[in-house]
Amino acid sequence: MSQLRISNCGFIVRRTSVAIVTLISTFQLYAQTAANREILIRNATVMTITNGTIPGGSVLIRGSKIVAVGPDDQVRAGAGAEVIDATGRYLMPGIIDTHSHTAVEGSVNEISLPNTGMVRVHDALTNEDISAYRQLAGGTTTANILHGSANAIGGQNAVVKWKWGRPISEWPIADAPPGIKFALGENPKSANFSPPAGVAKQYPATRMGVAEVVRDSFTKARAYMAEWDTWNASRNKANLIPPRRDLLMEEMAEILRGNVQVHAHCYRSDEIVMLINLADEFGFKIATFQHVLEGYKVAKEIAAHGGLGAGTFIDWWGFKAESYDGIPHNVALMTRNGVLVSVNSDSDELARHLNLDAAKAMKYGGLSEEEALKTATINAARQLGVGHRIGSIEPGKDADLVLWSGHPFSTYSRVETTMIEGEVYFDRNRDLQQREDRKREKEALLTQEREAEEREKARAKSTAGGSKRGMGNER
Amino acid sequence: MKLRTMLLCAALMTASLPIAGQSVILNNPGPGGAYVIRNATIYPVTSAPIESGSIVIAGGKIVAVGRTVDTPEGATVIDGTGLSVYPGMIDSGTSIGLTEVGSVAGTRDIQELGDLNPNAVAAVALNPHSNVIPVTRINGITTVLTEPGGGIISGQSALIQLSGWTPPEMVLKSPAGMHINFPRVRTTPLSGQPQDEEGEKRAKKQYTSQLEKLRDTFRDAKAYEKALSASEKINAQHRPEKDLILHALVPVVRGDVPLVIFANLEADIREAMKFSDEVGIRMILSGGQEVQRVLPELRSKNVPVLLGPIWTLPGKEDDPYDLLFSNAAALHQAGIRFAIRTGGAHNARHLPYQAAACAAFGLPKEEALRAVTISPAEIFGVADRIGSLEAGKIANVIVTDGDPLEIRTNLVRLFIGGEDIPLDSYHTLQYDKFSRRP
Repeated sequence: MSQLRISNCGFIVRRTSVAIVTLISTFQLYAQTAANREILIRNATVMTITNGTIPGGSVLIRGSKIVAVGPDDQVRAGAGAEVIDATGRYLMPGIIDTHSHTAVEGSVNEISLPNTGMVRVHDALTNEDISAYRQLAGGTTTANILHGSANAIGGQNAVVKWKWGRPISEWPIADAPPGIKFALGENPKSANFSPPAGVAKQYPATRMGVAEVVRDSFTKARAYMAEWDTWNASRNKANLIPPRRDLLMEEMAEILRGNVQVHAHCYRSDEIVMLINLADEFGFKIATFQHVLEGYKVAKEIAAHGGLGAGTFIDWWGFKAESYDGIPHNVALMTRNGVLVSVNSDSDELARHLNLDAAKAMKYGGLSEEEALKTATINAARQLGVGHRIGSIEPGKDADLVLWSGHPFSTYSRVETTMIEGEVYFDRNRDLQQREDRKREKEALLTQEREAEEREKARAKSTAGGSKRGMGNER
Repeated sequence: MKLRTMLLCAALMTASLPIAGQSVILNNPGPGGAYVIRNATIYPVTSAPIESGSIVIAGGKIVAVGRTVDTPEGATVIDGTGLSVYPGMIDSGTSIGLTEVGSVAGTRDIQELGDLNPNAVAAVALNPHSNVIPVTRINGITTVLTEPGGGIISGQSALIQLSGWTPPEMVLKSPAGMHINFPRVRTTPLSGQPQDEEGEKRAKKQYTSQLEKLRDTFRDAKAYEKALSASEKINAQHRPEKDLILHALVPVVRGDVPLVIFANLEADIREAMKFSDEVGIRMILSGGQEVQRVLPELRSKNVPVLLGPIWTLPGKEDDPYDLLFSNAAALHQAGIRFAIRTGGAHNARHLPYQAAACAAFGLPKEEALRAVTISPAEIFGVADRIGSLEAGKIANVIVTDGDPLEIRTNLVRLFIGGEDIPLDSYHTLQYDKFSRRP
């Protein structure tokens, strides 16, 4: 990026070529050291998630990756490694939130049509949402940013890491498979929304209608695909007009081809079964059922469908009719029936303590600690198709790590440090120090602003006086 | 036939409407039973923990607490080996009993129409059979403040036990407070975009008029009270014509019922304290997101705080991330009395964990426990009845396998008003049912 900018400004390069060369080489040197830079976190209780918990454990990071994990005496770092003494602390992989609406500019609902599968969350991401930082402070490093639930088929998702302070282009995980939001039940039934006066209610108004919107979309998609197949197969293309490209149908076709992960917002068991049957009929999979508060009632059906399971908030219930049968044992019951389950937030606030929601899976229904830890980490990573990169502490994985003051399942614990790809994005001590700096900076800015305002006033006054004088002179 | 079908349909409809709220089994011997929990670690809260201690419950009350106790005849003996005994926890702000399904208006009775509802009484609209009640109590919460909300004067709250067949059986104290939803300028709402200049002007105008309305109402209430007192003392024939709104404020004006003022922003808390001074009625602050900016004032005016919900986002973008988590420690350090409230209903069961969140950010653990037990009891003037394990108090007792503020701790026994409450809820019943699905 910076090289591109330099070459575009050739004249600057000529005039200050020496300086620029120095700059480039410094940059390259930095990049190189960053790639080889080693950090050794030692004497932590290392919760690897996939290979048990190591008391007195070490994790060696080189550049952005984890390169070694094991007991302290088995992990060696190079001479220049930065050493973090984590005595008494717990280290776990960054928490992954499979249902987020953070860092989206404006509304997350393109509410205008029953199917808005052509719109993309990627186009509305912002790196200025302070919630991203606050979630880092709660140990969350990755989120599945979803479209809202106003439509039976909503927009396309973005899987991002909370790289607070970095350009937004660096936030998405490049190799995360694309996904799309579906929504069933109360929300897409527009009967539940009050449209402004004079605006007609929008189809569908019942769960029957929601099913038909989905069926209609894929029926049309099949026809669209057939049209293209015919075109592609035709020998005399030169004499034919190609089918018109339709961005919505393109997306629906990609779902049918199995290239897009469907994340389906749902609550009641009947609508879950409905969607499974519809997906089976059209030959695609529902990657994850989202919220899925009645998943425990049809856990077997969800498991048999063969998708990537369920993401749910563990104990929210009763906020609407379709959430009334939500029970906190849902995670345990689904897990026991062979469903891959993650705990997620759907909330900027809840995303700050998903570790505790995972802990509740032990309390309600008795999952083991290991099973419960997975619901906030590796299970979520697998559901988002990024299990090869994140979700556990293993050599070769991204160094997305959270250092806790105590066991992450203790209500008394707090996050001390959060890292993404070997870079510290949150550190409690740093945060505390920065508060004073920020306060001073804020006060200085306010003073500056006040002074500027006063100067402006004074000038306006004198200019007003001057022009009067000018007029007088003319006369 | 037709009629029978209709009746059947009606019956089926009723059966399939859990929304109506039907509490699970509450059948138990009632408060008459006697129990002794032996060889447990007893945490009275108001005194040091007792290792290998015992507690006696009889006639709905705690009869004895100590190393050695006399066992009443016929008492059920509970082996407390490895277990801990704590007082039941108190949530200092919920809408339990007033709501069943958040988005279904027909099941919500929290906010009356209009701005001035001092005569809206939570205690008369409690649903003792709400499913929310057992869900909450099996997490160790035995008492909650149920409060009306919205408007300017929201109404009268009730301190209720989470057990009972009728509202009067549940009510511990009503009114517990007169709730004021303190006016605020809604130009920059806690979350959301600032309004344009016109909107700002409108909001300020509305704010001023709401404040005036509040002050006028209290001026009227004082005049009404004066007339009422005069008629009571001097001439009973000249009683002022009964005005239900003003009449509801009489105990407040007389200082028998405190104001519970809901305010979060610094400016609003200051204005609320000013208002409390003006009307000469003691206040309890509820909410309190920005208490750290008014600590000296809260202290000098001796204003207790019902802090929470703790699991809330800071209101301003440049607030520290842990603003809400660190409030309790700041209040404690400043020597200001406080208790924790969840401000909810369905997840009032988070109360112990929200209290612990304060301890993760500087509040001593014992203080976190006090903030959900004895402190609220003191603030609401019921510390002689609940909030600790002491002989003579109502037997709100929880038996756990560990620290009740930890999620991984399980409740193993629950007593409310001396009743041995089953650890069932709508959730546990659903769990049992679907665990058995073939």
